[in-house]
Amino acid sequence: MNDQTMTPEERAANLKGMGSSRKRVEDVRFTQGKGNYVDDIKLDGMLFGDFVRSPYAHARVVSVNKDAALALPGVIAVLTAEDLSPLGLHWMPTLAGDKQMVLADGKVLFQGQEVAYVVAEDRYIAADAVELVEVEYEELPVLTDPFEALKSDVVLREDLEGQTEGAHGPRKHHNHIFTWEQGDKDTTEAVLAEADVVAEEMVYYHRTHPCPLETCGCVASMDKVTGKLTLYGTFQAPHAIRTVVSLISGVAEHNIRVISPDIGGGFGNKVGAYAGYVCSVVASIVTGQPVKWVEDRMENLMSTAFARDYWMQGKIAATKDGKITGLWCHTTADHGGFDACADPTKFPAGFMNICTGSYDIPTAYLAVDGVYTNKAPGGVAYRCSFRVTEAAYFIERMIEVLAIKLNMDAAELRRINFIKADQFPYQSALGWEYDSGDYHTAWDKALKAVDYEGLRAEQAQRIEDFKAGKTRKLLGIGLTHFTEIVGAGPVKNCDILGLGMFDSCEIRIHPTGSAIARLGTISQGQGHATTFAQIIASEIGLPADDITLEEGDTDTAPYGLGTYGSRSTPVAGAATAMAARKIRAKAQMIAAYLLEVHDDDVEWDVDRFAVKGAPERFKTMKEIAFAAYNQAIPGLEPGLEAVSYYDPPNMTYPFGAYVCVMEIDVDTGEWEVRQFYALDDCGTRINPMIIEGQVHGGVTEALAIAMGQEIAYDEMGNVKTGTLMDFFLPTAWETPNYITDHTVTPSPHHPIGAKGVGESPNVGGVPAFSNAVHDAFRPFGLTQSHMPHDHWRIWKIANGLGMHG
Amino acid sequence: MSKMHVKLTVNGKQVEGLAEPRTLLIHFLREDLKITGPHIGCETSHCGACTVDIDGKSVKSCTTFVAQVNGSDITTVEGLTNDDGSLGVLQEMFREHHGLQCGFCTPGMITRAHRLLQENPNPSEEEIRFGMAGNLCRCTGYQNIVKAISASADLLNAQKEAAE
Repeated sequence: MNDQTMTPEERAANLKGMGSSRKRVEDVRFTQGKGNYVDDIKLDGMLFGDFVRSPYAHARVVSVNKDAALALPGVIAVLTAEDLSPLGLHWMPTLAGDKQMVLADGKVLFQGQEVAYVVAEDRYIAADAVELVEVEYEELPVLTDPFEALKSDVVLREDLEGQTEGAHGPRKHHNHIFTWEQGDKDTTEAVLAEADVVAEEMVYYHRTHPCPLETCGCVASMDKVTGKLTLYGTFQAPHAIRTVVSLISGVAEHNIRVISPDIGGGFGNKVGAYAGYVCSVVASIVTGQPVKWVEDRMENLMSTAFARDYWMQGKIAATKDGKITGLWCHTTADHGGFDACADPTKFPAGFMNICTGSYDIPTAYLAVDGVYTNKAPGGVAYRCSFRVTEAAYFIERMIEVLAIKLNMDAAELRRINFIKADQFPYQSALGWEYDSGDYHTAWDKALKAVDYEGLRAEQAQRIEDFKAGKTRKLLGIGLTHFTEIVGAGPVKNCDILGLGMFDSCEIRIHPTGSAIARLGTISQGQGHATTFAQIIASEIGLPADDITLEEGDTDTAPYGLGTYGSRSTPVAGAATAMAARKIRAKAQMIAAYLLEVHDDDVEWDVDRFAVKGAPERFKTMKEIAFAAYNQAIPGLEPGLEAVSYYDPPNMTYPFGAYVCVMEIDVDTGEWEVRQFYALDDCGTRINPMIIEGQVHGGVTEALAIAMGQEIAYDEMGNVKTGTLMDFFLPTAWETPNYITDHTVTPSPHHPIGAKGVGESPNVGGVPAFSNAVHDAFRPFGLTQSHMPHDHWRIWKIANGLGMHG
Repeated sequence: MSKMHVKLTVNGKQVEGLAEPRTLLIHFLREDLKITGPHIGCETSHCGACTVDIDGKSVKSCTTFVAQVNGSDITTVEGLTNDDGSLGVLQEMFREHHGLQCGFCTPGMITRAHRLLQENPNPSEEEIRFGMAGNLCRCTGYQNIVKAISASADLLNAQKEAAE
């Protein structure tokens, strides 16, 4: 078959464009161990950096004695705050408008805080030297509870003493960071006062950690001859890192090249700027040699990028027949020793104000108070878009709590309160414009798929059997309908450190009809090299297999804000489609010239422009590409390439309906997920295989978080979950199989209608698992119990309800 | 620190070098031999990203001294590619069934799966899940990894049958 005889469908299939479950191009090297991760980088003369860290959560640093360490053969330098201070680098700005110590400046505020940075010839000598640095501490009172911190006389941040104004408005107390208010307080409180029913509950979303399998690290390499600094690292936002490094180091931005090589998972952990990066850069500038720093797992869990830790006090008002009339939420947010949350500047609590969820709630009010404690800084979006997971968990718990209060079925309560399909675009009470949705269709499909009525009948029988002493196992049915807000975001309201959150794509078509595309994003496992080529294939009619995709090198890729918050497809994916359309527009003019007709007399047909009414007269994109380089076409420049910087007009709002069926043993607290059904609507689907993979992975991370994973501290501020022995990552053994499903409601404002999917399964999964636990115990009187629902805590629920006889 | 002479067979090749008694096998492989397929994920034997095959057993090389395995026959993921450079069966099936995302756990995963299929050429889903429980993946949720290993078992058995 050739171009003339193939049907348009066959030609489209050959492109492996959008909708194709194209196999991943990345996998050929990954499966052979030929990935190139940061710790694989080896440069001539490379030194190793390692940290001396604080064993105390709150202490004065009385003295640091480097002598013994410096005397060890192979040790090149030991840096302390004193050494960085003349450069102004002993502190660094955070993404949240606060500042953070790079190395302890007089005191430490959390266990694991960086105190000194050792540079040595290899990693073993560096580790030895870390042991030889003598630090004298004077312990200070430790605050690990944010509510106590707000009452305590103990001042954590002495550097801020007397500052009553923070980056986000007034500070009410020396351990207070900000208050962020959204919605209408007075009206909401009036609605609550007059409501038929008000359900009230404290919903805690515990502190956890993204824990990608690869920890954070970098290699800084200063070339003293050229004055060029190359910084390789596990960066989810390489361009932003380049700008930040330039601003804080004083090295001109054009002299900095940031390269994110292959990244072994990110999940938000690799968004922030860490002390290790700053110290490695300084060490390389000072020594003139490349310096590698890679944190170990304990350092990763203790010091970089915690997530969540939100205490969400909620009130939800409804009529007696279940129509929700108002939602009130006050959140106490534990930010640790420094406010290093990775949120758009104007959103100190991220998109927590999506907490009205999938429901048509006419009145709402949200206030968030950020608080300093003696815990690690971070506050990253762990596989979610800036606190959406907290928001979704909050509303999906509050719905369940309201259902208990109303003695209603929680599925029905959701159904009668969903935003209706004809209400989109929908203006939420807390300020968002939801782009599109059809929640009722998704919900009905999900409930039918799991035979919801049958499950409830089975559960009723189980309860009878339990009461009759025939079984010790309960059945929980966990429901969730979540709405995400992703694709940050419109430059008018979304920036990080003043950098607008647009993204970019540059496409160059080669003379022989293949292409290279470069984006401002960076894959960490999402398969961008596969899927973005599919977008281009569909838009310009060249096979995806003939399109190379590159990301992560700031010297070659156009500026972009990186990959997190499910923003790659909504923003960079849109830029990709727009750049491709620019190419197609020029290609149309070339085709018309070659076919000797007017531009308007040709039309696009899968992989070619054909003369209208004469489809046998056409020029394929491949022919057009060659012509762009070998013909002098009047009025057109040679070449065929385009770049697009895309500023999205709105966020996108993926949604989904999840059902978890869980068996729970009341005597051991053990659980088993019997069934998990995940319906996702992410708009237009680019690669169904990859979408399904994202859902499997995201739900598994949700399983971990809901059922056991936490960063826990004792009252001394010691991290109790600092290794993978204590920090729960599910294995293949306890992870269930998932059933995936979908509906398709395209985004009306996105060029290809896509919404993003990578984080939906975590956002929806956590409440689905947690609600299953709660649902199992609901008939026995449980209203609310905090995650993570490990065996011990589940046993305690049963014990507290008097179920152990 | 004084160094000792180490001799190994790695992916069919004789290699030797000098290592401190405390040098971990993972560092010797990655830094001295430049075999960077095995990765370091936890340094406590939990995650399995560093899994290699030593004398017919799956071993976590992040908690093994190279001195302990002097003289051993070691296979890493690099050694599971076909002689003509094409992907081996497990590698191909991981790709076919989308059994990897970020790729960081993949070398350890495939190396462990290779040994699992030697130990049990016809594993049930449950046996695969149990046999792979020493290798953590943060991206895939394991469902497609299980599929890939199951499909590999079928293919390898069919190849064996055809050869007999």
